[in-house]
Amino acid sequence: MLLLESIRMSWENIIHNKLRSFLTMLGIVIGVASIIALITIVQGATNSISDQISALGVNKITVTAMGTPLKQGLNDSDIKVISQLNNIDGVSPTISGRTSIISNGKVMEDITVQGKNEVYFNKDTSLLKTGRSINIIDIRSDNQVAIIGDNIVKTLYYGMNPVGKNLMINGTTYTIIGTLAQSSGFSMNSSNDAVIIPYTTALRSLGVKNVTTLDVYLKDTSIADDSVTDIKSVLNPAFNYDEDAYSVFNMGDMIKSFETMMGMMSLLLAGIAAISLVVGGIGIMNMMLVSITERTKEIGLRKALGATPGRIQLQFIIESIFLSLIGGIIGLILGSILAFIAAILIGIGFSLSMMTIALAVGFSSAVGIVFGYMPARKASRLNPIDALRSL
Amino acid sequence: MSEILNMKNICKSYYMGDEELEVLHDVNLVVHAGEFLSILGPSGSGKSTIMNIIGCLDIPSTGEYLLSGTDIDDLDESELAAVRNKEIGFVFQSFQLLPRLSALKNVELPLIYSNVPVSERKKRAKEMLEKVGLSDKMNNLPNQLSGGQQQRVAIARALVTEPTILLADEPTGALDQKTGSQVMELFEKLNSDGRTIIMITHDQNIAKHATRVVNILDGYLTEAEVN
Repeated sequence: MLLLESIRMSWENIIHNKLRSFLTMLGIVIGVASIIALITIVQGATNSISDQISALGVNKITVTAMGTPLKQGLNDSDIKVISQLNNIDGVSPTISGRTSIISNGKVMEDITVQGKNEVYFNKDTSLLKTGRSINIIDIRSDNQVAIIGDNIVKTLYYGMNPVGKNLMINGTTYTIIGTLAQSSGFSMNSSNDAVIIPYTTALRSLGVKNVTTLDVYLKDTSIADDSVTDIKSVLNPAFNYDEDAYSVFNMGDMIKSFETMMGMMSLLLAGIAAISLVVGGIGIMNMMLVSITERTKEIGLRKALGATPGRIQLQFIIESIFLSLIGGIIGLILGSILAFIAAILIGIGFSLSMMTIALAVGFSSAVGIVFGYMPARKASRLNPIDALRSL
Repeated sequence: MSEILNMKNICKSYYMGDEELEVLHDVNLVVHAGEFLSILGPSGSGKSTIMNIIGCLDIPSTGEYLLSGTDIDDLDESELAAVRNKEIGFVFQSFQLLPRLSALKNVELPLIYSNVPVSERKKRAKEMLEKVGLSDKMNNLPNQLSGGQQQRVAIARALVTEPTILLADEPTGALDQKTGSQVMELFEKLNSDGRTIIMITHDQNIAKHATRVVNILDGYLTEAEVN
């Protein structure tokens, strides 16, 4: 009731000075809009990049072997030991070589040929576009089968179905059993230009004797750190306690550190934008002081009619909160529109979190309270006699 | 009749820099319910100061002021505001209506500060405006009213809380002769209905409308001869 009356009176005063109220709000509008836009854009970018990293696999640990002169990479027994560790769902070795491929008399030079196993395809069924994937039989019997990337399909088999056709890789004939789906955007190992063959076949035919990269898939990612320790304890003796000979890399860690980094960046940007909020707050304080000087007589009269100092203070604080809150809401809308447009232009996702909305509303009302307090206190302390006398 | 206002040895001093300036000297005044008192004095006589003290806008430097039995000296700012709201109805020389509010809203104002519910507030404000003869002007803004009408809105505002004292400061000062005497007729009527009125004025002719006149000169209050 008391609050309602104060709100009504404050509202009437803001409406009465439309232009001045609007100009005063502008500082808050700009401040809140920039905070919302920056946070939302950075958040959207973070989500998009995180998603792409996740697509590479958050549930896996990547082991890379640089090797020592005595042991140049991982061998079959290393892979077997690792695959039997606790919490391991499967392992997928990668062998990589570059060579030329020939089909239908057309030659493609310097093509990446990767040796993989069945786990690689089982873990991500979206990898395959047509045909079948490499299976356990292909691995066991070193079958000469190949799956080819999208660009190779376009170059060698434009308008044809490549499945079942023959392909010469490094002088040996392989049968094409499938094609890879087009991989898009940011990817550390784009498969558009790749040929994938069973890794056992690759070990034999590519002239590579060791596996250098091993993807280890986890059952439970929450204990990924334990698995990293387990894998290290297998590899450490295998490489004769030379810790520089291999690295064990947890993809989840990378996403975590990336998100921490982006979080800090968005805080930093929001901090810079918050400075404009402070400037906006000073604008509100200034207008409140002017308004109080203008309305000195009114304040005096209200006091004579029985308004307590607390009542006067409440009215002016509400007026100040109103100004900054309306500014905050306009800023929220404006900032969201800006972020939305930016999201479309940059091509990242747009999501406005409740957290961001709460931040905008909370911040702007806090500005109203902080910068309205001093003027409101000044108004409440006016001596009614002096106030009534002033003309 | 019951005593509603009692001032005992009231002094009031102001400081002009280091210099102390006593504007009220040892004022004693008793007002009973139902009186219509004029405080008559020229400008600079201290009549504004005594009006501010009566209206609880200011507190005396020394002396005792009892209003409806309450010692004003014991009260803090908020309690003084409540006393002003309940006990005193102010009528000012320059009306002091809020220009953005309609006549009705202006009259409602003191009731807002005593937390009267909206519907009752409206009802009481309307009744009071009818009583001062402005039932057809309720929704007019002050600048759409004549001086006399504005002062009647101000009187309605002063009376809407049913205060103990109607305290008027030069109520006809900003009005022409004719509307001024209409306002005085209204005061006389209110007084005959039992309302206690204290009026501050410098005008002998206006003061004559009261049932009792006290003179104030250079800070000294003296009872005038009964006319």
